[in-house]
Amino acid sequence: MAGNEIEIESRDLNLWYGGAQALKDITLTMPEKKVTAIIGPSGCGKSTFIRCINRMNDLIKDCRITGELLFEGRNVYDKGVDAASLRKKIGMVFQKPNPFPMSVYDNIAYGPRLHGLRKREELDEIVEESLKASALWKEIADILDRSALDLSGGQQQRLCIARTLAVKPKVILFDEPCSALDPISTAKIEDLINNLKHDYTIVIVTHNMQQAARVSDYTAFFLLGELVEFGKTKQIFEMPEEKSTEDYITGRFG
Amino acid sequence: MTVVTAIRTLVSPATSDKVAMMMLWISASIAILILLFILGYIVIRGISVVNLSFLLGSPRLSGAEGGILPAIVGTFCLMVVAMLSAVPIGIGAAIYLAEYAPKGAVTGIITFGVECLAGVPSIVIGLFGYAFLVIYLGFGFSILSGGLALMFMVLPWIVRVSEESIKAVPMGLREGSFALGATKWQTVSRAVLPSAVPGIVTGVILGIGKAIGETAVIMFTAGSSLLMPSSLFDPVRALPYHLYILASEGISDTMAYGSSVVLLAMVLLINLAAIAVQKRYGRYHGRK
Ligand SMILES: Nc1ncnc2c1ncn2[C@@H]1O[C@H](COP(=O)(O)OP(=O)(O)OP(=O)(O)O)[C@@H](O)[C@H]1O
Ligand SMILES: [Mg+2]
Repeated sequence: MAGNEIEIESRDLNLWYGGAQALKDITLTMPEKKVTAIIGPSGCGKSTFIRCINRMNDLIKDCRITGELLFEGRNVYDKGVDAASLRKKIGMVFQKPNPFPMSVYDNIAYGPRLHGLRKREELDEIVEESLKASALWKEIADILDRSALDLSGGQQQRLCIARTLAVKPKVILFDEPCSALDPISTAKIEDLINNLKHDYTIVIVTHNMQQAARVSDYTAFFLLGELVEFGKTKQIFEMPEEKSTEDYITGRFG
Repeated sequence: MTVVTAIRTLVSPATSDKVAMMMLWISASIAILILLFILGYIVIRGISVVNLSFLLGSPRLSGAEGGILPAIVGTFCLMVVAMLSAVPIGIGAAIYLAEYAPKGAVTGIITFGVECLAGVPSIVIGLFGYAFLVIYLGFGFSILSGGLALMFMVLPWIVRVSEESIKAVPMGLREGSFALGATKWQTVSRAVLPSAVPGIVTGVILGIGKAIGETAVIMFTAGSSLLMPSSLFDPVRALPYHLYILASEGISDTMAYGSSVVLLAMVLLINLAAIAVQKRYGRYHGRK
């Protein structure tokens, strides 16, 4: 990991949904401007973990967290940290595309408007920039006033990425962004992630081993709420230290 | 039991499928026929008096002759007062119940209260409106009293329908908004409410539809003046009450049916307006 600043770090992170523990002592570092993939069988706590990073779990009742999650050197669960401002810096793209029932333009302008931007020219510029960065501009430049729900699933997901880029975050969390998409749309999103990592720190949850191997620099393998193994993606895929990692990667379970 | 089993063995699934469809078709036809019959009967009996001078004229001889403009205007004013007060309160309450209220005893009690209010017979609301608005608050028989009493009637409907449409907004949409750094209120006002608008509009329209034909409430509160109102504190006679008086006091059956036709037309217009509004706001709610 030499040469890379650590952007996000979790230390002994535990999480309970009511009485059920979903994360156990997760200690993990995610370097700046790299892609970290989180893999593991269904229900092992991948979504739960990345939702800790932008405090999305705050929305869930009866969710209790101990330990630390450091971002920019500060525990995001400290009293003084405002979740809304944190989420502005740590964007998130969800498994199911969730565009707002508004025009394409308004979807992208939603974030900047939240944060006080009103000037039409500036918004126009951000919309164009974000659509270009998410490789959507060519396809939909002339239908910006159409409903976002008229777009295809893959376009909707890239719109959600554009929407996230529009608030200029430092980190983008992807929770299985391609699981609802066809192979072509998936390839487009993978290309996109490969481009975005030059400017953003990325954490991606995926069930697709090839995808993890293709897009990520580091990989973390979770099992039953625990971190089993973490390291360079190449190392995890080629010579995993743990038997369970190897079994999972080679498809022997999960 | 044995008979049913016997029939089951005798009748093939394909036949019972046909029979079921036939029965449903008959039910649907009966429902539509009843509706057409009522509409046809009223229109045939009343349409002859409906013309421009009926719509825009003032009544003479207690309404036996002349027009019904004051009653149309009265109905319109009552609706405006009722909706201007019910819509903001109703939507506000719905937002609170759906988004903010902690799920627990208190919320349960509020919801139960709203349900009960929805079930109070209109005549009781009318009586209460008379005691509270007309007498106690001193609003007299007036547009204000009538409008507010109608608000009591429609409020629970608006709360209920709005609450349901707000709750029906998918969680993913809220998460999308939060993930962009929105606060709770920003999320509710900018993402959730716009998505709930079509449902809320339907609720409001339902409310107007319920209120516009309401007679018991307004005869206790709005008065029965046939003069043109000039302020909120003037009494008015709403259209349904006018036709009730025309018919029950034997003033003129034809005029009563004429008024019914106008009332029906108003309801129709409201529904068309609702569809137009839903189209306008529903524009972004998916492919057509
Ligand atoms: N809101 C919740 N309330 C209670 N339990 C939850 C909640 N969300 C998740 N869990 C539980 O926590 C555990 C981890 O769930 P999580 O969604 O993080 O798994 P995952 O690794 O993302 O799985 P998948 O690959 O299927 O998305 C599961 O046992 C799940 O049932
Ligand atoms: Mg998940």
